[in-house]
Amino acid sequence: MEEKEIVCVSCPMGCRMTVQAKEGDIISITGNDCPKGIEYAKEEFTNPLRILPTTVRVIGGELPLVSVKTEKAIPKGLLLKAMAEIAEIEVKAPIKIGQVIKDDLIGTGVSLVATRNIKRANSNLLSYKVLK
Amino acid sequence: MKLEYDLVIIGGGPAGLAAALEAEKNGVENILLLERDKYLGGILFQCIHNGFGLQYFKEDLTGPEYADRFITQINNHKIDIKTETMVVKITPNKQIIALNRNDGLLCIKARAIVLAMGCRERTREAIAIAGSRPAGIFTAGTAQRYINIEGYMPGREVVILGSGDIGMIMARRMTLEGARVKAVLEIMPFSTGLTRNKVQCLDDFDIPLRFNHTITRIEGEKRVEKVTIAQVDKNLQVIPGTEEEISCDTILLSVGLIPENELTKEVGIKLDPITGGPIVNENRETEIEGIFACGNVLQVYDLADYVSEEGEIVGKVAKEYLMGKRRYRSQSVKIIPGENIGYVVPQHIDFLVPDRKKIKLFMRVKKPEERVRINLIDDKGKVLSSYKKGIVTPGEMESVYLPEVLLKDRLKSLTVSVGKEDKEQR
Repeated sequence: MEEKEIVCVSCPMGCRMTVQAKEGDIISITGNDCPKGIEYAKEEFTNPLRILPTTVRVIGGELPLVSVKTEKAIPKGLLLKAMAEIAEIEVKAPIKIGQVIKDDLIGTGVSLVATRNIKRANSNLLSYKVLK
Repeated sequence: MKLEYDLVIIGGGPAGLAAALEAEKNGVENILLLERDKYLGGILFQCIHNGFGLQYFKEDLTGPEYADRFITQINNHKIDIKTETMVVKITPNKQIIALNRNDGLLCIKARAIVLAMGCRERTREAIAIAGSRPAGIFTAGTAQRYINIEGYMPGREVVILGSGDIGMIMARRMTLEGARVKAVLEIMPFSTGLTRNKVQCLDDFDIPLRFNHTITRIEGEKRVEKVTIAQVDKNLQVIPGTEEEISCDTILLSVGLIPENELTKEVGIKLDPITGGPIVNENRETEIEGIFACGNVLQVYDLADYVSEEGEIVGKVAKEYLMGKRRYRSQSVKIIPGENIGYVVPQHIDFLVPDRKKIKLFMRVKKPEERVRINLIDDKGKVLSSYKKGIVTPGEMESVYLPEVLLKDRLKSLTVSVGKEDKEQR
C-alpha cells in the first residue's frame, strides 16, 4: 500500500489530503473539505499535469527572448526534459502571439506556442546578439 | 499638439489599460494614457507564467497574453497614448507636468486624472540586512526581468527571502533554468503567497520553505558567498543559537511591494498608512475631487484580474464625474477595520446611486483564521450582514459585497470584523 499527501489548490483552504492506493489504484482519499478536493487529488495522484511557461531565444528581434508556453498541460515529471529540448530552439523574428514554436514537444504531442509578439529589430545597432 | 484632455491616465499597466478602455466605452471622448516604459502592459510581460485571467476572462492565460488582450483593444480605440513619457508632477487643479524625448517638457490640462502607477518592490535597504555589499542580491522582480526579458541568468545557487508570490514563482523559474534554489525563507509562520504557487512552484521541485526564518547576515567579497539564517520568535526577533550558514551566490528578495505614490503625496493627497495608497471613496476617488486611483497604487493586489476590475470601476465613474451627474450622501460612511482586519478599500462611501445594488469591499486580514465569518457591523454595534469564510489568510485578499439597502441614511460608520463562525450564527 502506498500513501501520498496532496495539498489541494482548488481554493485558498488548501486542504491537506491523504491518498491511499494499492498498486496504483486509489483506495481512499481523506482530508478534503469539499468534492472539488476528490477530483483534484485523483488527477494529482494518477497523472499530475502542468502548463510549462518559459522563454525561447530569438534571432534578429527587438528583444532577445520570446515568452512561450505549452499549449496544453504536460506530465509534471517531464518538465525538466522539456526544458532541455526548449534550450536548443532558436526562432527568427518577427513572431506572432499564438505562433507554434515547436510541434510535439519531447513526443508529448503538445505544441510550444509564443505568448507575445516580437517585432524585427529595426536596426543592427539596436538588435541583440546572442552570445554563444 | 493637444494639451487639454478630459481624462488623463498615468500608467499603462493592467489598471491604466482597463480604466482607459472602460472610460471610452462609457463615452469619455478625450483620453490620454501616459506610460513611462517603451511599451504598454506594465509588469505583465515579465510575468510569463500562467494563472492570469482565471477570474476576468475565465481562461488560464500567461501575463503577456493577458496584456495582449487589452493592448489589442486599446490600439483599436481612439485613445491617445504616449509611451516613454514620465510624469514628474501633478497639481491640485489637475495640471500634469510630463517629460519625453520628442516633446520635451509637457504641461497637460486634465479635467480628471486616474493614478495607475502601480507599485515597486521593497529592497534590501527597506529591511536592513547586515553584512557586506557584494553583487548577487536582487529583488525577485529584477531577477524575473533579467531571466524572462533580457536573457541573463542572475546566478546558480540561490536563497530566496520571502514567500510572496513573485519569490515562489522565481524559485520555480530559476530551477527550470538550471539553478539550485537551496531554500525559501519566510519570517512569518505562514506563507504570504497563494497556495497554488506554494504547491506548483516549491513542492513540485522539493524546494524547502522554512517558516519563522530570516537572513541575519550576508557575506561575500565581490559576489555573495554565503548567508547566515536564523529562526525568529513570535515577536520576529532572532533566537540566538539557531543560526546556520548556507553557501550561495545569489539572494532574491521577495519581501513585499510598495504602492508608488510620490506624485500622489506631492499633490497633497493623504495616504492610508496601512495600504500605502491614497484614501478613497467607493469611486476610488481621492480627497481631491476628480483625481482617482486604481490598481496596485491603491492597494497591492494578489491577482491582475482584480486590478483590471478596479480599473473598470474608475473608468465608469470618471464619466459620471465629468458629466457632473453625482449625488452625495448626506453623510459619508466611514469603513473601519475591526477585529483581525488589516485594512479595507474603499475607506469611505460618499455617494447616493439609485440603481446600485451592492458595493464590493476589499480587505486583508492580519493573521490566518479558520471557520470564521466576516461581519459588517453598524455604528450601534448591530451585525448588518455576515459572510461565511472557510479560511482567511493575509496571503489572499478577501472581498465581500455590501448590499446597498443596508446603507441607511444616517449611517456614520461600518466596521468590518472577523468573528468565529459559531458565535455569529443567526
